[in-house]
Amino acid sequence: MKKILSLALVLVMLLSFAACGSKSEPAAASKDVKLGFIFLHDENSTYDLNFMNAAKEACEALGLSEDQYLFRTNIPEGQECYDAACELADAGCNIIFADSFGHEDYLIQAAKEFPEVQFCHATGTKAHTEGLSNYHNAFAAIYEGRYLAGVAAGLKLNEMIEAGEFTAEEAKMGYVGAFTYAEVVSGYTSFYLGAKSVCPSVTMEVTFTGSWYDETAEKEGANKLIQNGCKLISQHADSMGAPTACETAGVPNVSYNGSTVSACPNTFIVSSRINWAPYYEYVVNCVRSGEAIAADWTGTIATGSVVLTDVNEQAAAAGTAEKIAEVKAEIEAGNIHVFDVTTFTVSGDNVKPTLTVDAEGHVTSYLADVDTDADYTGDTEVVENGYFNESAKRSAPYFDLSIDGITLLDVAF
Amino acid sequence: MANKSGRSVLHISKRGALPWYAAWAIRGAAIVLALIVSGVFTAALTGLNPLGVYAAMIQGAFGTERKVWILGQNLAILLCVSLAVTPAFKMRFWNVGGEGQILIGGLATAACMILLGDKIPNWLLIIVMVVSSVLAGAIWGGIPAICKARWNTNETLFTLMMNYVATQLVAFMVIVWEVPKGAGKIGIINQNTEAGWLPQIGSYKYLLNILVVAALTVVMYFYLTRSKQGYEISVVGESERTARYVGIKVGKVIVRTMMISGGLCGLAGLLLVGGTDHTITTTIAGGRGFTAVMVAWLAKFNPFTMVFTSFLLVFLSRGASEITTIYGLNHSFGDILTGIILFFIIGSEFFINYRLSFLKNTGKGE
Repeated sequence: MKKILSLALVLVMLLSFAACGSKSEPAAASKDVKLGFIFLHDENSTYDLNFMNAAKEACEALGLSEDQYLFRTNIPEGQECYDAACELADAGCNIIFADSFGHEDYLIQAAKEFPEVQFCHATGTKAHTEGLSNYHNAFAAIYEGRYLAGVAAGLKLNEMIEAGEFTAEEAKMGYVGAFTYAEVVSGYTSFYLGAKSVCPSVTMEVTFTGSWYDETAEKEGANKLIQNGCKLISQHADSMGAPTACETAGVPNVSYNGSTVSACPNTFIVSSRINWAPYYEYVVNCVRSGEAIAADWTGTIATGSVVLTDVNEQAAAAGTAEKIAEVKAEIEAGNIHVFDVTTFTVSGDNVKPTLTVDAEGHVTSYLADVDTDADYTGDTEVVENGYFNESAKRSAPYFDLSIDGITLLDVAF
Repeated sequence: MANKSGRSVLHISKRGALPWYAAWAIRGAAIVLALIVSGVFTAALTGLNPLGVYAAMIQGAFGTERKVWILGQNLAILLCVSLAVTPAFKMRFWNVGGEGQILIGGLATAACMILLGDKIPNWLLIIVMVVSSVLAGAIWGGIPAICKARWNTNETLFTLMMNYVATQLVAFMVIVWEVPKGAGKIGIINQNTEAGWLPQIGSYKYLLNILVVAALTVVMYFYLTRSKQGYEISVVGESERTARYVGIKVGKVIVRTMMISGGLCGLAGLLLVGGTDHTITTTIAGGRGFTAVMVAWLAKFNPFTMVFTSFLLVFLSRGASEITTIYGLNHSFGDILTGIILFFIIGSEFFINYRLSFLKNTGKGE
C-alpha cells in the first residue's frame, strides 16, 4: 500500500517537473487579432460541432496561432454568456463570436460595455435595430440550400412514383421541426418548394418537437409521419432521431447540418448545411483592414456559406447530382428565386392581416416581423419584384407564412 | 465488524467525537490525496502537467477581478439554495424539490417583470416581485408538506415530481412570452427600461446578491440554533414520536418548515431572474436544487460551514470550465476531476466517523 502510494507521489512529481517548462503565457506579442468563441454545447452537438469545425478551419486559413483564439463551450443562454463574453474580452480578445440564438441579449449587454471589441452573433435578429457599431448578426441563405435538397427529394419521389410504389397523389413528405420559428418555417417551406418544382403533386406534413435537440421526440415525430403515409422525411432539429428512424423504416431521408450517410447508408440522400468559416474570415479581414463589419451579413452559395454534402448515390434518384448543379447555377444567376410568389399560394385563415393575396392566392404584399418586438408587429415589406425577399432585410430568416400544400400537425411550440 | 473467528484483519468501529483539528486534518489529507489521484489521472490521460492544470483552475476562479465576482455570485446563489433546503433536511424531510421551487420563484418574478413592468413604479414592482417569488416558492414547497403531514405521502417522490411540474409550467409560459414568435426564448426582460431589475450597488453587478445571501446565512444560523422553531425542527428530525410526546405539533412544524425552505428557494429564483439573468428558462436553476443537498449535508447543516462547502463546489466548477478553455479539453474532463475530488471528500467523512484498525494477524502473511 505504502509502496504504491509513494510510487504514485514520485510519478506525479516527476511529471510535474518534466512539464514545468511549458507554462502558457498570456498572448504577449500578438498585436493582430485574438478571437473568442462562445458555444452553447460542445462537440457532441452537431449544431455546435458545425461551428467549431468552421472556427478551426477559419483560424487555420487566416494563419492564426493557437494562442490567438479561445473556445468557451457549454455556455448557457443566460448571464453565463455575458460573463463568458466579458471574460474573453478581459483575456484580450478583440472579436467575440457566439453561436446560439439565446446568447443575443447577453452579448448585446457585453457589447455595450466593451465598445472597442467586436461582437458577432450567429442567428440573431437585433443588430440592425440596436444601433451598436460593434454588434453584428450573421446568417446564411440556407433556404437556398434547403431548396436544392428539396429538388433531390422531389426527384426521389418521382422515381418512386415511376417505379409504381405509390401514385403521384400519394406523394407526401414529412418534416420534423423544432419550433414554429421563422427559421424553421423558412427551412421547410423552401424544402417543400424545391421538391414541388420537380414533383408538382407533392404535399407535406410538419410536426414540431418543442426542442432543438431531443432525440426521442424527433424519432417519435419521424415515426408518426411515416405511419401517416409520408414517403420521405426531412428535419430541422439537431439530433440523429429522425435519420435513424428513417433508416430503420427504410424511408428516404434528406438531412441537415451534415452528412448522416455513415449511420444511414440506405436512406440518406443529401444534406444541406451552413459553413460559417467564410463569415469568420470576413470579420477578421474587416478588423485587420479597419473596415466596418456589416450589421447583418448573409452568406450565400457564392460566398461558400451554403453547402450541400455529396449525394448518396445508393439512395438518391439517378441524375440527382446533375440536377442539383443545374438548379444551383440558376439560383446563382438569379433566374430562380426560392420564394417566387407564382410558385405557391396562401389561403383561408393563413392569410394574416399584414398579408395580401390576389384572387388565386398568390402573395402580392407582406409586412414581416423583421424588427423584433414583443408584439410580433409586421413592420417591413418583404415582397419585391415578384418574390418574397428572404434574408435581405436582416440576415436571420423571417419567412413565416403557412402555404397551401403543407399541413402543420401540431403548432403547440 | 469484529469477527470472532479471528480471521479478520480489518476492524471498523464507531469513533467518539473527534477534536475539530483532527477531523480537519483528515479532510485536508483527503483533499491532498484527491489532488494526487487527479494529478496522476490527468497526466495519464492527457499528458498535461497536473500542476499546470491546478494552476489553471485557480486562475479560472481568481484570475481577474471579474472572475472573483463571478465566483462570489455563483457561490451566493448555491449557498442561498443550500440554506433553503437545510431546515427541511434537518427535519429529515427529503426536499429534493429545490429545483422546482427555484423555478417557480423565478417564474413568479418574470411574470411580474413582464406583466407589470411598465404599469407600476419600480420600487413597488420590486416589492411585488419579492413577495410573489417567495410566496410561489413557499406554496410549491408547502404542497408536498401538507400532503406529508395529512396523509404521510412520500416527500422524496412528491417534491421530485413537483420539479417536473414546475419545469413544464416554465416551458409553457416561455412559449406564451417568447420573442420573436416561435423562438422558444424570452430573452432579457425589459432590457431597455430595466424595470424590475434589482438595483445594482455602485458598479458591482453581483454585490447585492452576495450581501443578501450573507445576511441570510447569519439569520439561518441563529434560526436553526437559537430559536424555538429551530429547536422544534431538530426534535422532529431526531424523532417524531419524541416531538409528539413533548407536545410539538409535528404536522404544523413540517408545513411551516417546508414553506420556509420553498420560500427561500423562491428567493434564489428572484435573485437569478431579477438580479442577474433577467430572463426565465427551464434550465435557469442549473441543478443547484440537487447540488445544494450535497452542500448542506457536507456541511452538516451548519450555515457557516456551508460557505466553505459551496465555495468548494463553485471553485471546482469554475476551475473545470477554465481548463476546458485553456487546454481545449472536453467539459467532461473537468467533471471527472470534480468527481474524484468530491469522492475523496465525502469518503473522508467515513474516516472521521469510524475508526479503522488493522488487527495483527498471528498467522502467515497476506
